[in-house]
Amino acid sequence: MTRKQTNPAQATDPRFKIAHREAIIGIVLAIFNFIWWFGFAYGLGSRPPEEYTYIWGLPDWFFYSCVLGFIIMCILVIVITKFVLKEVPLDVDPSNTDQPKEGPAKQ
Amino acid sequence: MNIGVIIPLVIFLIGIFAIGFIASKQMSGEGGFLQQYFLGGRELGGFVLAMTMVATYGSASSFLGGPGTAYTVGFGWILLAMTQVVTGYFVLLILGKKFAILGRKYNAVTMIDFLKARYNSPLVAILSAIAIIVFLFSAMTAQWVGGGRLIESLTGLQYTTALFIFAISVLVYVTIGGFRAVALTDAVQGAVMVVGTLVLLIGVIIAGGGVPAIMQDLINENPRLVTPYGADGTLTAAYVSSFWILVGVGVVGLPQMAVRAMSYKSSRAMHRALVIGTIVTGFIMLNMHLIGVFARPIMPGIDIGDKVIPLVALEVLPPWLAGIVLAAPMAAIMSTVDSLLLLVSSAIVKDVYLNFIKPEASETTVKRMSFGVTGILGIIVFLLALQPPELLIFLNLFAFGGLEAAFIWPVVLGLYWKYGNKYGAIFSMITGIAAYIAIHFYNTANGNLLGVHTVTLPVLLSLAAYIIGSLAVKREAYQF
Repeated sequence: MTRKQTNPAQATDPRFKIAHREAIIGIVLAIFNFIWWFGFAYGLGSRPPEEYTYIWGLPDWFFYSCVLGFIIMCILVIVITKFVLKEVPLDVDPSNTDQPKEGPAKQ
Repeated sequence: MNIGVIIPLVIFLIGIFAIGFIASKQMSGEGGFLQQYFLGGRELGGFVLAMTMVATYGSASSFLGGPGTAYTVGFGWILLAMTQVVTGYFVLLILGKKFAILGRKYNAVTMIDFLKARYNSPLVAILSAIAIIVFLFSAMTAQWVGGGRLIESLTGLQYTTALFIFAISVLVYVTIGGFRAVALTDAVQGAVMVVGTLVLLIGVIIAGGGVPAIMQDLINENPRLVTPYGADGTLTAAYVSSFWILVGVGVVGLPQMAVRAMSYKSSRAMHRALVIGTIVTGFIMLNMHLIGVFARPIMPGIDIGDKVIPLVALEVLPPWLAGIVLAAPMAAIMSTVDSLLLLVSSAIVKDVYLNFIKPEASETTVKRMSFGVTGILGIIVFLLALQPPELLIFLNLFAFGGLEAAFIWPVVLGLYWKYGNKYGAIFSMITGIAAYIAIHFYNTANGNLLGVHTVTLPVLLSLAAYIIGSLAVKREAYQF
């Protein structure tokens, strides 16, 4: 059976290239997030509790893993959103995607 | 019960009601009724998008169950809860612009519309619809019970009366206002959740005599409370890490999240939502669970986890402020329930009725059906929540992880892997759900297999099933 979509743009939609890149950024962010979270939690947290130091009153492993880790993720997301992610039109008609300007400038 | 607590709650309910009502007036005809009612006409801005994602995701367990467990287990449970920060950016980045673009191209109003168009298969659509209706219907009922119980415990009203108040307040604005009312009330409810969290955290720290004093009390009681391994030392790194799948990256597969990822107006809105969503999710999860642990030295000896937050709020705050803070868990439950109600309704009206029963139905019929089904569903859920049947409680156990195992690969690989096809999708959904149920029984009987949460293996098995199914039957590249 043939179930090829009739696609007006024969070549791959250029917006998808951007989308694929951004999905990979999402995966990399999550992996970084996990390593940071896991590393500090179990790296520092597996010492006996008497050896913990306290930052802002919180156990050091927890502060680095969950508090600082969260702040760092927020900063990373802000920076990436501002400087790396690209704005693309989302509408069906991709005919003028190469000139991303506001206003429906078609026909 | 204290009248001072009730007044802020009543004001909150009236406020939500009013917003829902105003939103229903704004439904324009643009893009057709279905797009408007079930997707808000794809017009969500960044703030509302972020808040509706956070609020839909944050439920009774973020405000009552989770902090209650943190109270018993200690810092290990906050560590576990922080795996949820990833949802703030992951869902939107992974589904991302491609989902929004394809959603528009396929004219998809629901996640099932997307799957049906991508795989060109009615069987995929019908399987998905059944999974969504069965599992989310049960999940919704469980949340309604939670909402009723919360009102009961705060006001001293009878459970039936409390449930009735809860049902009416949700049902009216969802039925008449549709998705836009749900999203807008979610935004307000999300804001209430943030404010409530902050106020209660400050109250608890003051009552406990500062963080270092609280920490000393915890160490004196049981030093394990401040380790990542839990009060009895049984919380393993593998188990806690497996929550990265259940409440972290796996959330991509939840239909109530996916549908939001195609509701935004522009990529600008999505960018804003990424930032706001990450900050708000992390803020709420971190602080609510900290409150749970901090509550322990202040109010020792609470046996029922769900009661920790209400009791500690009433203890450390003046009544009117406690009322405002306790509107937060109420907001969390309402904002989850309203989304689920609309989603189940869309599965019935759009995915079953319009797809299979009467595709040529007129706009008026569709309109009447949508209002009718949403309203009737709400009434059924209300009646079931009066005395939840065993079967529903049982099904609710699978709602979250089961749906993730079923949908994560058909959605994600359907977006990014051109060789993914309907055989893979069907095989993956069946494998995911069946494996989830089987491993659930195994784990209940024998302890956790490999020491990880039930969801882990089904997600891996459904990935294998997707790839095998796609390549084995018919290897053909899909033209996006």
